[in-house]
Amino acid sequence: MERVVAYSLILSGVLFSMGVLGVMIRRHPLVMFMCIELMLNAANLAFVAFARHVGEVSGQIYALIVMAVAAAEVAVGLAIIVAVYRHRMDVDIDDVSSLRG
Amino acid sequence: MNALELWVFVPIGVLAVIGAAGLVAARNPIHSALFLLLNLLSLAAIFLILWSPLMAALQIIVYAGAIMVLFIFVILFFVRPRQVHTMSYSLPLMYALGALLAVSVLGVVLFALYQGGLFNPALPAAAQVEAATSISSPSTLGRGLFSRYLLPFELTSVLLLVAMLGAVVMTRGEPGDGSSREDSAEEAD
Repeated sequence: MERVVAYSLILSGVLFSMGVLGVMIRRHPLVMFMCIELMLNAANLAFVAFARHVGEVSGQIYALIVMAVAAAEVAVGLAIIVAVYRHRMDVDIDDVSSLRG
Repeated sequence: MNALELWVFVPIGVLAVIGAAGLVAARNPIHSALFLLLNLLSLAAIFLILWSPLMAALQIIVYAGAIMVLFIFVILFFVRPRQVHTMSYSLPLMYALGALLAVSVLGVVLFALYQGGLFNPALPAAAQVEAATSISSPSTLGRGLFSRYLLPFELTSVLLLVAMLGAVVMTRGEPGDGSSREDSAEEAD
């Protein structure tokens, strides 16, 4: 494995763990959402690094699809957050439990 | 070539980590968003180093151009300046659990890299150039996208359509409210 690929994978692991940490310790819904974006980006970085390692373009295609899924997820997630904000005007993620079964 | 790549890679990687740390640590959500933007842009530069210029361009256009604009719009519209909810209070062990999870993810990655041979010698230069030109051309990517990966590609387009409709329906609110989420959902495509 080339050095750049190995460093990219390490960076991807670091970014993913920071995203996990952010989702765990932050309670602002938008910041948690951005941390999820960070994790998706870390996965994308790993895909692109492996595309270079294998010498095939499939990894880049997967990263492209992940990017489109992230865009869809952001649209829906922000719509949910906006709906909650309209409803309550103040959002703490621990207080939003009205969908709990 | 390899040493040069590393000299470019390391500072950009440090910038990416700074962006992620700021995203997690900043108290103001708009600061978090700007740190995430820094992280996304440095990842685009790393995509360039990894021989995928099309992905770098798409990273800038889609993430920095569309998704971050959505985030910042929502923050500007809905988060009031005095709102403070920074860290969690729900579970007493949340910090410890988060740190444990992060460390274990990182440990698995490092262990796998160590097992897989972290620093093997690179390809010879001629083979490297050949691989780089074959991977980095957008036409190769497009050909793969429209032949072998045609079904996932089309499914992705259906998913984007569904997400757009869902966002519009969910934020429509009262009739006559005149919300303009439709534009921003389309922008995310």
